[in-house]
This record gives sequence, C-alpha cells and structure tokens, in this order.
Amino acid sequence: MSTKPESGAATRAPGPALLVGLGAVVLLTCYIVAFLMSEDESVVAGLIVAAGVAVLGAYVLGLLQQLRAAYRDHERLMHAAILLGILVVAWVFREDHFTLLMLTTAMLYMTACLGLNIQLGYTGVLNFAGASFFGVGCYTAAVLGSETAIPPLLILPIGGVMAALVGSILVIPVLRTRGHYAAVVTIAFAVLFRTFLQVNDALGGPQGLSVPQMSLFGWGFNSNIEVGDFYASFYMNYYLLALLLLIGAFALTRRVERSWVGLSMDATRIDELAASCFGITPSRWKITAFMLGNFMIGVAGALLGMMISFIAPANFTFADSLIFLSIVLLGGMGSVWGIALASVIVVLLPEKLQMIQEYRFLLFSALVILVLLFRPNGLLPRGRRAYFPDWRPR
Amino acid sequence: MDLSLLSQYVVNGMMLGMMYALVAVGFTLFFGVLDVIKFSHGDVLMVGAFAGYTTYLGLEAAGIHNPVVQVVLLVVASAAFVAALGAVIAKYLVLPLSNAPALNILLATLMLGTVLRESVRLFFPDGSNPKRFPRLLPDTVIPIGNFDLRVDSLMLLITGLLVIIAINTIINRTKLGLAIRAVAQDAETARTMGINFTLIVLVTFALGSSAAAIAGVMNGLYYNEINFGMGLLLGVIGFASAIVGGLGNIYGAILGGFLFATLQTVGAVAMPFASAYKDVFAFAVIIAIMAWRPTGLIPEKTSERV
Repeated sequence: MSTKPESGAATRAPGPALLVGLGAVVLLTCYIVAFLMSEDESVVAGLIVAAGVAVLGAYVLGLLQQLRAAYRDHERLMHAAILLGILVVAWVFREDHFTLLMLTTAMLYMTACLGLNIQLGYTGVLNFAGASFFGVGCYTAAVLGSETAIPPLLILPIGGVMAALVGSILVIPVLRTRGHYAAVVTIAFAVLFRTFLQVNDALGGPQGLSVPQMSLFGWGFNSNIEVGDFYASFYMNYYLLALLLLIGAFALTRRVERSWVGLSMDATRIDELAASCFGITPSRWKITAFMLGNFMIGVAGALLGMMISFIAPANFTFADSLIFLSIVLLGGMGSVWGIALASVIVVLLPEKLQMIQEYRFLLFSALVILVLLFRPNGLLPRGRRAYFPDWRPR
Repeated sequence: MDLSLLSQYVVNGMMLGMMYALVAVGFTLFFGVLDVIKFSHGDVLMVGAFAGYTTYLGLEAAGIHNPVVQVVLLVVASAAFVAALGAVIAKYLVLPLSNAPALNILLATLMLGTVLRESVRLFFPDGSNPKRFPRLLPDTVIPIGNFDLRVDSLMLLITGLLVIIAINTIINRTKLGLAIRAVAQDAETARTMGINFTLIVLVTFALGSSAAAIAGVMNGLYYNEINFGMGLLLGVIGFASAIVGGLGNIYGAILGGFLFATLQTVGAVAMPFASAYKDVFAFAVIIAIMAWRPTGLIPEKTSERV
C-alpha cells in the first residue's frame, strides 16, 4: 500500500476521520437496504457495479485510510453505529419474511465462520468439515427439542458442546498430521458424517428431521410479533437472537485475538517449532482452537436448525463445508470484518441473482478462483497486530 | 456365505480398487512434481467419462458401429482430451498459484472441480440427468465352478493393470520419467541441469489426468451409467487413498487405492445387516490410520529443517 505523507497526517486528525467513518456506516446501511429492496436484475447489477466504483473512488481519494483510522481510534462509537445500522435494516424489513430469513442466515453463517476463523485463521488448524459440525448442532437441536423438555435456550450451548465433543474424536489425528495429511482427516470426516446421517434411520435417514421452534420465557419464536398496530415477521425473533449470538461471537473473537491467547495461536500457526522454543505448547492451542471453533459452529447450527425448522443430510455435505471455508478465505484469513463482508456476499448475492439461479454455483466458484488468483489474501486482509495500544504504524 | 457370492465381492472390490488406484496415482504424480494437491481430479475423471460418451455418440453418428473400434477410439479420444485439459489446468491455475499457501491451491482446485461439474450439468445436452453408457465389451461369462466371471470385468481389470504398469515404466524406465523424478526431487537443480521445468510439469499433469480419464471410462463401461456428480466421491476417495499410501510414492497410491476398496468390501461383507455403513466404516478406518501413521503407510523421507 502506498504511504503518502499527507495521509499519515490525516489519520492523526480525529474529527474528519470519524465523520468519514460514520458517513460510511450510513451509506452502507442505505446501500444494503437498497440492495435488498431491488427486485429488478438490472438494478441489482447496477448496484453491484456502483459498489465497485464507490470502493475504488474512496481508495483513490484516501477515504479508505480515514475509515480505517476512524475504526481504530473510535472503535466503540463505530461499533455502536454499525449495530444501529443493523437494527435499522431490520426495522425497514420487519414485515418481509424472506429478507429477514436471508439476513439471519448470513449472521449465523458469520458466527460459524468466526469459529472456523479461530481454527484456521489464527491457529492454522485445517477444518474441511465445518458443515458437519454445523449439522451436529442442528441435529442436537432436533433431537433434544423434540425428545426432552430442556429449555430451547439451553439447547443452543448444548449443541455447541456436542459439536465440540464430536470434534474431539478427531483431535488425535488432527494433532498428529500436517498439511495435506491433515486435510484428509477432516475431508474424510465430512463425507463420513453425511453418509452416516443418510443411512441412519434413528436420525430420520435421507428425509431428515423437523426441529422444534426456539422459545424464550413461553414466547414461541414461530409466531409473528403483533402489538397493537405494530406487526413484524416471526423471523424478527430469530434475527434479534442471531444478532445477540453474533455479537457474542464477535466480542469473543476480538478478545481472543488481542489477548495472549491469540498471540500464542498466531505463533502456533506461523511456526510451530519456533513457538515451542518460546514455551508455547502448539498442541494445547490447536486443541483449544479446534474445540472452541467447533463449539461456535455448533451453537450457530442449533439456532439455524430451529429457524428453518427442518433439516436433512443434504444440508451438511462436503460442498457446504467448502462454502464456509470459502467465506473465510474470501474475506481474508483471520480478518473479522472480511468474514462479515464475505458472509453477506456469499449468502445474499446468489439469492438476489435469481435470474441466473441455474448458474450461481458456477459463477460463485469462478469468483472464488479469481479472488484466489488475484487477491490471495482475501477481500479485506487482516491488518498487522498492534502490540501496543496506542502504537500507530508509520 | 457361499463361494460364488464371495468371488463376486472380490471381483467387484478389485474393480473399485483399480479405479481408486488410477485416480490416486494422478494425485501422487502431481504432488511429486509440484508439491500441490489438485482436487479437481475427480471431476476431471468425470469429464473423461463424458468425453468418452461424446466420442461414442459421434462414432455412432458417423456410421462406425464396430464395438472394438469404438472402444479403442473412445479410450484414446477421452485420454487425449483430458490430458489436454489437465495441462491447461496446470498452466493457468496450478502453476500461477504454486507459490501460494497450500490451502489456497486446495480451495482453488476444489472450486475448479465445481466449475467443471456445473459446466457439464448446464452445458452438456440434458447434462443434469444420468447418461446410459454403452455396453461395448463382450458380455459373455466364463463359468468357474458355480461362479460366473464376466469377461468385461476381466478385460477392464487387465486394462487398468496395463495402464498402471505403463505409468510405472514411464516414470522409472524412460528419459521423460527421469526428468519427472528429477523435478520431483529438486526443481531448482533439475532446471540447472537443462530440464524444461514447465514442460515437465505440464506433461506430468497430462499423464496423471489421462489415467483419471481411463478410470472414468472404466467406470462408465462397468456400471453402464455416468452422471455429472460421479467425480466428487471418486476424487475424495482417490485423494484419501493417495494420502493413506503416502504422497509422492506411486506404490503408496496403488496400495491406498486397493486398501480403500478392500475396506469397503470388507465393510459390506462383514456387516451384512448394515452394508449401508460400508463407506462410514472405510472412512473411519482411514481416519484411524492417519492417527496411527500421520504421513501415510509408505512415508516420504523428510526431515524438519529449521
């Protein structure tokens, strides 16, 4: 990246940078609303092109650096603004079932991918079975929800624990193998898991299972919200809960990244041998990352299962694991905001391009290949770790 | 269990093992020269099967109905087309990425597999439905006791064996093979010795891909059906076989392929009450073997460099 002398000065002045940052959040919110509202394919295509032009223009004008500075210097304010933006989007689409379903799916995918990111982006543990652990969460929700009287809110963490427990079967081979040999362990597990679900009659076989709804303090999540004149789709319940879950996962990921835990994980990924010379036990952090990541994936899966209320083995194939993985790689390994951007793109774009519904997998795969060829570090690569709170890169 | 049923299982298992071995050999060859995993290999196999099918349709349209001529031309055309495809993939996707992290290459080639799969589904006429592959080999049987050995199975097995022997001979007995082995051992030194690195890489990818094409045609001739999704599982199994055998070693790939087929067959025979679980069993054993021998049954010789 080119470092112009005046841009360094611009990052020092907090006023304009913050303005740019808040303006960007407002613009982005409007953009997402416009994007979700547009029905016509030509409008969608126009909006996509407009986004590309806008990002390029902002880069040329140096606004992106100011945006970065605003986020760095006023993180809390920016987080609040973004949260407000997410709520505004929800308010605009409060009566629209399908849009809310899409947005909630995107948030749950992002939660799961944050888990995958701890494994892959921080610690370098390969996991090609993301969708399988997602599926463990879903099936836990289905079985516990219909067979037991456990409160649904408690089922979410249990789904995560189950995913971590199932994952613990793989801990020994994952620890002992490296590189391509490690890939085969989780790939084999992904195929095994799907085949197992397919042939196991107790879990519904190929037809799958239905998942009971989420309910909180006697409030069933599958009923629309109607208070006087106010009406909102029942997906709003799931939207808000998924948002809470996402905030939790986000906060956890950021805390992990900035703490000594994240430092140890980074060291493990970059050079195991060097890390162990400095007293870091690589296997300890690999196990931690693998379990924690699978837990997050499982929790997200349990809530998604409750929301879509019906699950089948076909939802948890190896190809779905690849979608999770490509979100992490598209966004940029280890980059939290990159993953946010990529989950929105991966979930929303195919739905909006209904015209090319038939070709979406083809286009999507081609897009991933192009990104890997021309932007191998992802759309929003992870920045360099700031070791000291007020340290600024020169 | 009576003997004829058991023999049936054995022949079927050997057939599967041969196909897996052919796929795994490709993986191990690619890994040898470039240290990369090209995961689109299974879908390349599928393209090979469809290329063979297209050749058959073309020959029928051209008025050539002699099955012997058809089979020969079909195999040759399929192998040649897929060899070219493999070389193109190597040149435009794998070589530009060869310095990227291993995961990027893995994902890029996986996505390429999706591109190939979807292209066949969307652009091949009526590609989303399974195609009936013609029965071109003689369907006579040789009775051994009360077991009927199908001649076509025997011919396919012999063909597979010949292909593997041919590849092994090329690698170990020819000048080209010497160059491939040199590049595999040390690309930089090989270059200074006057070996055309890019050419050797492309030839290796062509060679490995044509082995997959032959496996694809074998699959079509044996099951008399091909579909656009057939490559995915075969690719995963071939990859698992190459890894379990030990990457970069052609005997490891063959061992891995037959091991996987044996596991599937044993799973089906030993658990007649739950033969649907044979793939679960086979993959579980693969995971267990990886835990026991993390670098495969015939490991590469590596040492930790600091």
